[in-house]
Amino acid sequence: MTASPITLRAAAAADMTAVGGIDARITGTAKPQYWAEMFERFGRRDDRFFLLAEADDGVVGYVAGEVRAWEFGSPPCGWVFVIGVDPAARGRKVATQLFQALCEAMESRGVDTIRTMIACDDELNMAFFRAQGMMGGPFIELEMPLSQRGEWERDA
Amino acid sequence: MKLQQATRCALFAVFELAREPGRQVAAAEIADAYGLSVNHLAKVLRELSRAKVIKSVRGAGGGYTLAANPKRLTLYDIISRFEDIHPEETDETGGGATEGARALQRVLSEIDAITQSTLKSISVATFLKLGR
Repeated sequence: MTASPITLRAAAAADMTAVGGIDARITGTAKPQYWAEMFERFGRRDDRFFLLAEADDGVVGYVAGEVRAWEFGSPPCGWVFVIGVDPAARGRKVATQLFQALCEAMESRGVDTIRTMIACDDELNMAFFRAQGMMGGPFIELEMPLSQRGEWERDA
Repeated sequence: MKLQQATRCALFAVFELAREPGRQVAAAEIADAYGLSVNHLAKVLRELSRAKVIKSVRGAGGGYTLAANPKRLTLYDIISRFEDIHPEETDETGGGATEGARALQRVLSEIDAITQSTLKSISVATFLKLGR
């Protein structure tokens, strides 16, 4: 049986149930409030994007991102904040289509670089972004437990 | 990160075989292209064959082809066969149980984690694109 074609469109508030369902199937955790807030944050502004991939059987993937300027000293740049594909729809280039559409949307806003942050052990998603052409950039994430702060200040 | 010659041979060989899927490539052809010793490369190819990364076809017109899926095979899969890049909580830094050794171990662990994460996320298919 041939899989139905994938179409892309902007997300609407009513889609968040389907988006949250895909996320829950991927992560094992339902977060309805989070997705409602994500739509408020990304779905209603001109410099932010929340796109969906749809097949005959409904929503099969999503991506959200925005243009951010001068964060960490960086000139305006596109950020990918989240991307997800229904496990049942994998292998149909859904994520690639979503990512390319987000890149086009970012370009239309005048930025020439797209960036994301990803867990070091998230090999699946890191391999995906690398397959799109992304490489390590000029930033590195640093962090520490706040409980450690006192120990280091004593010696400073 | 400095790679041993065997590792570089393996990466070049896999790169060449992945570039033309299905074509049988002779060891001498790869050696010529990269300026490698055929004998050294032959040993590396045997190791890659044992690991089922590549397969050899004997006889006239024989050579090597990629056996693994280039979208699934990562640089880590190849490099870890020839280099010790596995994270270990051992006293490799020397210095015993001193604070200096502990400090150095923490720095090296961070570097190892980044290296592993990079190598595990680059498939051979992606590696091919990086050469264009």
